[in-house]
Amino acid sequence: MALEFEQPILELEARIRELREYAEEKDVDLSDEIGLLQQKLERLQKETFANLSRWQRVQLARAPGRPTTLDIVENVFEDFIELHGDRAFADDPAVVAGLARFRGSSVVVVGHQKGKTTKENIHRNFGMPHPEGYRKAMRMMDLADRFGFPFVSLIDTPGAYPGVSAEERGQAWVIAQSIQRMGRLKVPAVAVILGEGGSGGALAIGVGNRVLIMENAWYSVISPESCAAILWRDAAQAEAAAEALKLTAHDLRELGVVDRIVPEPGGGAHRHPERAMQALAEALAEELEALEPLGPEELVEDRYRRFRRMGAVRIE
Amino acid sequence: MALDRLFRRRRTRGGGRDVPELWLKCPACEAQIYKKDLEANLMVCPECGHHFRLGVEERVRLLLDEGTFEVTTGRVQPEDPLRFEDTEPYRERLARYREKTGRPDAIYGGTGAVEGVPTLLLAMDYAFAGGSMGSVVGEEIARGAEQAAAEGRALVIVAASGGARMQEAALSLMQMAKTTMALDRLWERRLPYVSILTDPTTGGVTASFAALADVILAEPGALIGFAGPRVIKQTIRQDLPEGFQRSEFLLQHGMLDQVVPRERLRSTLAQVLRLLHPEGAKTRGA
Repeated sequence: MALEFEQPILELEARIRELREYAEEKDVDLSDEIGLLQQKLERLQKETFANLSRWQRVQLARAPGRPTTLDIVENVFEDFIELHGDRAFADDPAVVAGLARFRGSSVVVVGHQKGKTTKENIHRNFGMPHPEGYRKAMRMMDLADRFGFPFVSLIDTPGAYPGVSAEERGQAWVIAQSIQRMGRLKVPAVAVILGEGGSGGALAIGVGNRVLIMENAWYSVISPESCAAILWRDAAQAEAAAEALKLTAHDLRELGVVDRIVPEPGGGAHRHPERAMQALAEALAEELEALEPLGPEELVEDRYRRFRRMGAVRIE
Repeated sequence: MALDRLFRRRRTRGGGRDVPELWLKCPACEAQIYKKDLEANLMVCPECGHHFRLGVEERVRLLLDEGTFEVTTGRVQPEDPLRFEDTEPYRERLARYREKTGRPDAIYGGTGAVEGVPTLLLAMDYAFAGGSMGSVVGEEIARGAEQAAAEGRALVIVAASGGARMQEAALSLMQMAKTTMALDRLWERRLPYVSILTDPTTGGVTASFAALADVILAEPGALIGFAGPRVIKQTIRQDLPEGFQRSEFLLQHGMLDQVVPRERLRSTLAQVLRLLHPEGAKTRGA
């Protein structure tokens, strides 16, 4: 299931494959032709990805095959053990949490989890947590504080679930509490936006000392579709809304909302998840190391200062 | 309390200028209400008790002791960091709301006393862009919390908001973290924070400072929640239960401390503040 703007790239790749197979089969030398096509492919890929519209990036951020929280806990971290449940009501499969080892030290990890198939997605509620998910996340923050382990959060949600049961159990309340709890962490906290950073449901685990974002991820107060439905009264205007919202990694870096962009391999993280995760591991290691000298109170103050300066106002 | 002073300003301004507006229809019981009667009754329908929205200046007069109010908001002005444009440029919307309300953004308030307890009161203005929270609202709340903490005041925030402001996108979202974290300045000094939820309080405002008070009060029948009813209806494709997301529903589900009719709001707030604020707690408890 390729994205529209990926089609020419995929077609060229297919042609190169065919030529290779043909050359092998007939035992002829087509290396010049193949080399030319390879160059063309690289150029095409570079051009396409250098000129992506914001809406195209939103599509990339949602592309199946991008590294999810479960991929990262298996590949970036070692010795991961999943911990379930909010100790109050249920376990929320839209949030994965647990203990792991990173570069030799224990860490606590929490992340949204989408499925890779429709069946998985239904089980994971498309990565949209209920209040239980945020209560589980807060349990993990308690655990990180109690043992002094760094806290790493991985964000990938269209938003917190907007449903009757979620409202009845205080969706707004747990999001607020989770923001507050994460702000109070006395250990280093790094948040990474992996794919979709949908509003309060994302921010609930986004209050890091450092906030990182994958190159093709988005983060905003509302999804382009919902924004279009409200402001343009037409969900089909999502492309225009994506432009207006300035929701890409580069926009957010400029606005000071994120601290660092984790580069994705050519073609996007969904096509080369291992390389994307390697880049993420390196960035994460550097950020955690940079936070290491800060004491518990300094970390709280650092986080407050980071978010306190957010916004654009003029004082008269 | 002296009800007459609540609407003093409106009365001294043009009398009988807008004749058709002298009568209002209650959206709940459809009764025809004489506007002056409604105002004298704190904008609560005398027939059925439906709470109309109360303006921010009236709100301040309702809750603070007479002659104690000093405005602190208004110096923080909005910007257009994204140069946002949908069907109308954000700048033009801001200018329009400014014209309509006479204020730079969707929040108004300052210092004063609630039956003697030193307080910093902020009221969100639904008339300004649906009371939405952008950088200015976030900044005023953070400043308010910091000032209250520095001066030993209680913090009271009256919420009325559709949520975070879309036209400031990620920066609006960040105000949720900023306001939430600023509340901890009060926590450190053991100063009370009371949140008053009015119609409507939804989205990023509910999911940040409004839900995190020591005591949460709500006016009757107010729409309060995270997602709006329309979004939920679209998601579940079913009709919503009777009274869903209204104050009384939230009280039942354990999200609020009390639903308080407007006529008792001031006395209830004063009681809570007297019991929680260090000055009140000491003089009465010792």
